[in-house]
Amino acid sequence: MKLKSLALAVAAAAALAGTAGSAFAQASEQFFPLLVYRTGPYAPNGTPWANGAQDYLKLVNATGGINGVKIAFEECETGYATDKGVECYERLKSRGASSFDPQATGITFALTDKVPHDKIPLITLGYGLAASQDGGVFKWNFPLMGSYWTAADILIQHIAKKEGGADKLKGKKITLVYHDSPFGKEPIPLLQERAKLNGFELSLIPVTAPGVEQKSAWLQVRQQRPDYVLLWGWGVMNSTALKEAVATGYPREKMFGVWWAGAEPDTRDVGANAKGYSALALNTSGTQPKVIQDILKQVHDKGQGSGPKDEVGSVLYTRGAIISMLRVEAVRRAQERFGKGKVMTGEQVRWGFENLALDQKRLDALGFSGVLRPISTSCQDHMGSTWARVHTWDGSKWGGMSDWYQADESIIKPMAKAAADKYAAEKKLTRREAADCQS
Amino acid sequence: MLYRENGQFKSSYRADQQIFPILQDRIAILALLAFAFVAMPFASEYWLRAIVTPFLILSLAALGLNILVGYCGQISLGTGAFMAVGAYAAYNFHVRIDGMPLIASLLLGGLCATAVGVLFGIPSLRIKGLYLAVATLAAQFFTDWAFLRIPFFTNNSTSGSVSVAGLQVFGLPIETPAQKYLLCLTLVVVFALLAKNLTRSAIGREWMAMRDMDVAAAVIGIRPVYAKLTAFAVSSFIVGVAGALWGFIHLGAWEPAAFSIDRSFQLLFMVIIGGLGSIMGSFFGAAFIVLLPIFLNQMPGWFGLSISTALASHLEFMIFGALIVFFLIVEPHGLARLWSTFKEKLRLWPFPH
Repeated sequence: MKLKSLALAVAAAAALAGTAGSAFAQASEQFFPLLVYRTGPYAPNGTPWANGAQDYLKLVNATGGINGVKIAFEECETGYATDKGVECYERLKSRGASSFDPQATGITFALTDKVPHDKIPLITLGYGLAASQDGGVFKWNFPLMGSYWTAADILIQHIAKKEGGADKLKGKKITLVYHDSPFGKEPIPLLQERAKLNGFELSLIPVTAPGVEQKSAWLQVRQQRPDYVLLWGWGVMNSTALKEAVATGYPREKMFGVWWAGAEPDTRDVGANAKGYSALALNTSGTQPKVIQDILKQVHDKGQGSGPKDEVGSVLYTRGAIISMLRVEAVRRAQERFGKGKVMTGEQVRWGFENLALDQKRLDALGFSGVLRPISTSCQDHMGSTWARVHTWDGSKWGGMSDWYQADESIIKPMAKAAADKYAAEKKLTRREAADCQS
Repeated sequence: MLYRENGQFKSSYRADQQIFPILQDRIAILALLAFAFVAMPFASEYWLRAIVTPFLILSLAALGLNILVGYCGQISLGTGAFMAVGAYAAYNFHVRIDGMPLIASLLLGGLCATAVGVLFGIPSLRIKGLYLAVATLAAQFFTDWAFLRIPFFTNNSTSGSVSVAGLQVFGLPIETPAQKYLLCLTLVVVFALLAKNLTRSAIGREWMAMRDMDVAAAVIGIRPVYAKLTAFAVSSFIVGVAGALWGFIHLGAWEPAAFSIDRSFQLLFMVIIGGLGSIMGSFFGAAFIVLLPIFLNQMPGWFGLSISTALASHLEFMIFGALIVFFLIVEPHGLARLWSTFKEKLRLWPFPH
C-alpha cells in the first residue's frame, strides 16, 4: 500500500512538473501540432507522411525559423481513429496550436464542428469534406489543393482523354472500389453527376475498412467486367486491391487510384505485378527538388531526420513536406499583416491561409519548383488550386507524369455551393458577410 | 480507525437497506458528487473534453452492459451496435423534428436501442453463453451495414457521416466543455442511481437468479422470457443513451466506425476488468480502459523522455496489455472486488486479526 501511494504521488508530481514545463516552452515559439499515425493498418502510409511534415519543420528551424520565430512541434498518435484524434486535438490545442492537420477524413468531420469555437484553422490537403472549399460557410476549413470531388473529376477527365474525348465515355462501365467510410464515399456524388453528364455507367463496390479482405469485391469486378476501375483506398487496402486485381486478372492499366492510392507503400509489395497502375498525383516524387535536397543536407546529414533516409522524397513524404510548407507559409503571410517576428494566433493564421498567394516565383524560392502548382486562396475559395496530374507505377517507381488537369469548375462549384448551403441550413449557420472577409 | 461502523445502529428496514449503509461511505460519495458537480467544471478544457467526458459516457455504456452481462449473465458482443442505434436514432429525431428537445432525442434514441436490443435478445431464450455472444455479434454487423448502406438513417448525407450542432437543454446552450460535462454527469448520476435501485429490486433479483442458474430460477417461478428480455431492454436503453451522448456530446460528428466491433470489445473488457455485477465496477473498468492508455501515452513526456511517437504508442499497448493480465490474475472478480477487499481491510486497520 505504501509503495503504491508513493508511486502515485511521484506520478502526480511528475504530471504537474510536466505541464508546467511545457507551458514555458510556448512563449516565443510557434507551436505546430502534428496528428500522426505510425501504428495500425494505415501506418505504412501515415509514417512517411508524418516524417515529411516533421522534417520540413526541422528544415525551417535550421534555416532561421519564420522571420526569426522558431517552430515548436509535438506529435500525437491517432491511429486513424476518430476518438483518439479528438483526444489528441484537445491535448495539443492546450499547447497553443494555430492550425491543425488531422490527416484523416473521419477526424476532420469531428473537428469541423469544434474548430470554430476554438478559433483554429483546419487544414485538409487533398482530403476532408469536399463542400468545405466554400469559404463562405466553412470559415475555418481549408481543403487546400483539392478535394475528393476535384480528384474524381480529374480522373474522369484523364480516362476521357485516353478514350479520345469525353463523348467516347458514353456507354462505358466505370466501377468505383472504395474504402467504406466518409473518405471513400465523398467522391460518389460527383461521379454520379459525371455519369449523368457523360453517359457512362457507374457501379459502386464498397470495401469494409481497413480493407484487408477484398475477395468478394473483386469477384464482383470480375462479374461486371468494367472498362475502368477507380480505386479509392488508403493504407493496406491499396496493396491488397492490387494483389486481388492480379489474382482476378483485371488489367492494372485500367485501374486508376486517388492520390492517396498512389504512393510507394501501396505498390512496392506488388512490385512488377502492379506495373501500369496509375494514380492521381498532387505532387512529384524523387530527391531532385531543391527542398528535398535541403532537407537531406540540413536535417538528415546532421542526424536529425525523422525517418529512414531512403524514404526522403517519396510521394507521401513530399506531400507531408508540402503540408508543413503551406502551414509555415500561412504563418508567414499572417506575420506580414499582424507583425513580423511575432507568434501568430489561430485567428491570425486563418487569415494567412485565406490570403495565401504562392506564385511560381515564391515556390521556386522555397525549392518547390515543379513539385506543385501555384496556390492562391481567397475568402470564397479555400482550396487555392484544383490542378493535379496522373502518374504511373513502372514496376519499381512512380513516374511518367501526365499533363496537368484542372477540375471542371462548372460542375464542382455549384455542387460545392449546394452542399455548403445544405450544411449551413442543418447547422443553422448564415453565410459570412463580405465585411467578415476583411478580418 | 476512521472507517468502521461501530455505533451506527439501524432501527428500521429502510435504514438497513440503504445503498450506502455506512455513514463514512455516504459522506465520501456526497463529497465526491459535490466535487464532481462544483469543482470539476473548473478543470482545464483538455481534462473536461478529452478525459472526463468520454470517461463518463463510456462508464454509462459499461453500466448498461453490466446489467446484461454482470447481473443477468447474458454475454453480449453487440454493445457497439446498440450504442450506434441510440446515436443514429437520436440524430434522426433531432434533425427531422424541428424543435426537438435534446433530452427527448437522447431518451428516444435510448428507446429505439431498447427495441433493437429486445429484438436481438430473443435468441437468448434459446441459446446461452458463448453461442449467445455470437448471436449478438450479428447485431453488430447488421447495424454496421444498415448505417453505412441505408441513406435514410444518415439523412441522405453524401459521405455517410452525420453531425449535430446547436444543442440546448431547457433553453440553456450545451456548448462549452463544462456544460457538456455537466449534462453527461447529470445523466450518468441519474442512470447509475436508477440502475442500482433496479438491481436491488425484485426484477434485479430475477436477473441474478437467471444468471446463477436459469433452470432453478424457472422452477421457483421466474419467467425466463420476462427476466431475460427486461435485462436486454434496460441494458440497451442505457447503452443507447450512452451511444447518443457519445455521438452528440463527445464526437459531434460521427460515422459507423465510431461504434465498431472494437467498441463492443472495449466495453466488454471494461465490465470484466471493472467487476461483473457491480455498478461501481463499471466506473472502475471505464477508468481503467479509457484513462490508463492516455496516461501511459503521455507518461514518457512527463518524465522528460523523448521517445518516438510510434514507440510510445507500442509501449502503451504492451504495458496496457500486461496490466490487464496482471489484474485478471490478481483479482479475477475485477477491480470492484479489489475495492471491497480494500474496504474490508480498512475496517480492521490498524489492528487486523
